[in-house]
Amino acid sequence: MSNVIAQERPEASPPLSLRSRITQILSLPAVGPLLALLIASAFFTWRTDKFLTGHNLSLIVQQVVVVGTLAIGQTLIILTAGIDLSNGMVMALGSVIMTSFAVDYGMNPIVAIVIGLLVTTAFGLLNGTLITLVRLPPFIVTLGTLNIAFAVTRIYTTTTITDLPPSIIALGKTFALGKTAITYGSILMLILFLAIWFVLRETAWGRHLYAVGNNPEATRLAGISTTRLLIGVYALAGFIYGVAGLLLVARTGVGDPQAGQTSNLDSITAVVLGGTSLFGGRGTILGTLVGALIVGVFRNGLQLIGIPSIYQVLITGILVILAVSVDQLSHKGQA
Amino acid sequence: MSEQNLSPVFAARGLVKRYGHVTALDGTDFELYPREILAVIGDNGAGKSTLIKVLSGAIIPDEGQILLNGQQVRFHSPIDARRQGIETVYQDLAVAPALNIMENIFLGRELRRPGLLGSLFHMLDKRRMLKDTVRYMQDLKIGIRSMNQRVETLSGGQRQGVAVARSAAFASHVVIMDEPTAALGVKESHMVVELIKQVRDRGLPVILISHNMPQVFEVADRIHIQRLGRRAGVVKPSDISMSDVVAIMTGAMTVPGEKIAR
Repeated sequence: MSNVIAQERPEASPPLSLRSRITQILSLPAVGPLLALLIASAFFTWRTDKFLTGHNLSLIVQQVVVVGTLAIGQTLIILTAGIDLSNGMVMALGSVIMTSFAVDYGMNPIVAIVIGLLVTTAFGLLNGTLITLVRLPPFIVTLGTLNIAFAVTRIYTTTTITDLPPSIIALGKTFALGKTAITYGSILMLILFLAIWFVLRETAWGRHLYAVGNNPEATRLAGISTTRLLIGVYALAGFIYGVAGLLLVARTGVGDPQAGQTSNLDSITAVVLGGTSLFGGRGTILGTLVGALIVGVFRNGLQLIGIPSIYQVLITGILVILAVSVDQLSHKGQA
Repeated sequence: MSEQNLSPVFAARGLVKRYGHVTALDGTDFELYPREILAVIGDNGAGKSTLIKVLSGAIIPDEGQILLNGQQVRFHSPIDARRQGIETVYQDLAVAPALNIMENIFLGRELRRPGLLGSLFHMLDKRRMLKDTVRYMQDLKIGIRSMNQRVETLSGGQRQGVAVARSAAFASHVVIMDEPTAALGVKESHMVVELIKQVRDRGLPVILISHNMPQVFEVADRIHIQRLGRRAGVVKPSDISMSDVVAIMTGAMTVPGEKIAR
């Protein structure tokens, strides 16, 4: 970059050479993860015919639905330079409330679902309020609410809630696309990804979210209420965890107080694999979808070719370190 | 001085600010006239930064008044001052590096699309913002090829150029520049100085806070010298030497002749 500012004539759309176009595309945050996903998929397609079938791909998506949805909320929070350790436990609490209120108290399932969503949203609100108004670090706040949500769930019930009414597990039902059965839950997750993608890209709120993760002081000086913005982000994430809870119930057919114990780290893994920076302000929501799918593809593919699933954990570990290294190195060149 | 320059755009009378036993401002007066660059200088502890923070809304004074175009105003925050047409450029490059130039210029003031897309979906009007950004940058003769470029790909001087363009685009009355070149090299500082002149030449008065005496003498129309919480005087760079200004700043000399130059 030239040091002289009053040199070139400004233009709205400069002509780019092919080479700079390629560099530009490769430097987009989600391209690396997407390549990893495609290479892994190509590898498994080569090793087994069972991988690239409509049935199997639909299965992979079903398997990542819960973590993928949690990772949407996690992405929003990490973009603000925060982190959420509580999401799996908040989801479990939400799903136990939804199922228990509907089964044990015979409540209308829709009302039970709404109450569950309100509770998870309230947890998000609590996280956001403690982080902004009491100025506590997100790591500590969500470590606290992780324990609180876990304890509240276990105090409330230790038994799995079964015999659920059909409407509460409706999202687990499938429809046929050609010969492939696809769950409504998978579609709901994809719609959520697209909705958040739109909001982050096309609205002022979305751009502010990046700005606050990037330079909170500049964002505040630009007249944006960072407190309101962050509380909103954590509350929205809480609501999304409630949706993840509903998807979990639909997928497993029960309300499980033991659920979600490693989901916080699984969702952070998906976000990081998707190329979002833990330093905040950089990343894409579609990258997170790719990150979640990478984990799902390895788990499914290794199983299909008969390799023990512990190797999936090993590969995930290596990929996480790789992804964070790329993030760290790409930061070094910048002032 | 011409007729239209008789009344100040922005003024303060008898500003007092105390912190416990320390009096940072001890009855400071201040005037900024149309189409001028007024440099504010002073030794450490002279109350220079307190004065600037009061004028930009970051600090509420204990006593005294602030007048904008002759009307008394009160700022409760920098955002408040901004709403009344006073923009501040900070030394530490207050931009979001991962956002592009256009997004930084419009940060907090984004334009929405007309119709339902804007009102219902809150969709940004990127085309209009891009067009305006190109215009703002051209107005100040800042030549950067693409407004979709991330600010982190720019040099320090270019980044400060973005911050100056933003304040010039949205300030309706005054631009305050708080040590805008302190973080920059010699060559880059020079470019920012040129930008400051451009802003004035386009009709906005500028308050420039700087430690760099040659720079102050190069760019300022008048110099406000702050000493011991008060205004020691206002001088014109053409009437006085740099060493005399430093002497006034440190108290070795008082302002000769008329205390407030016009």
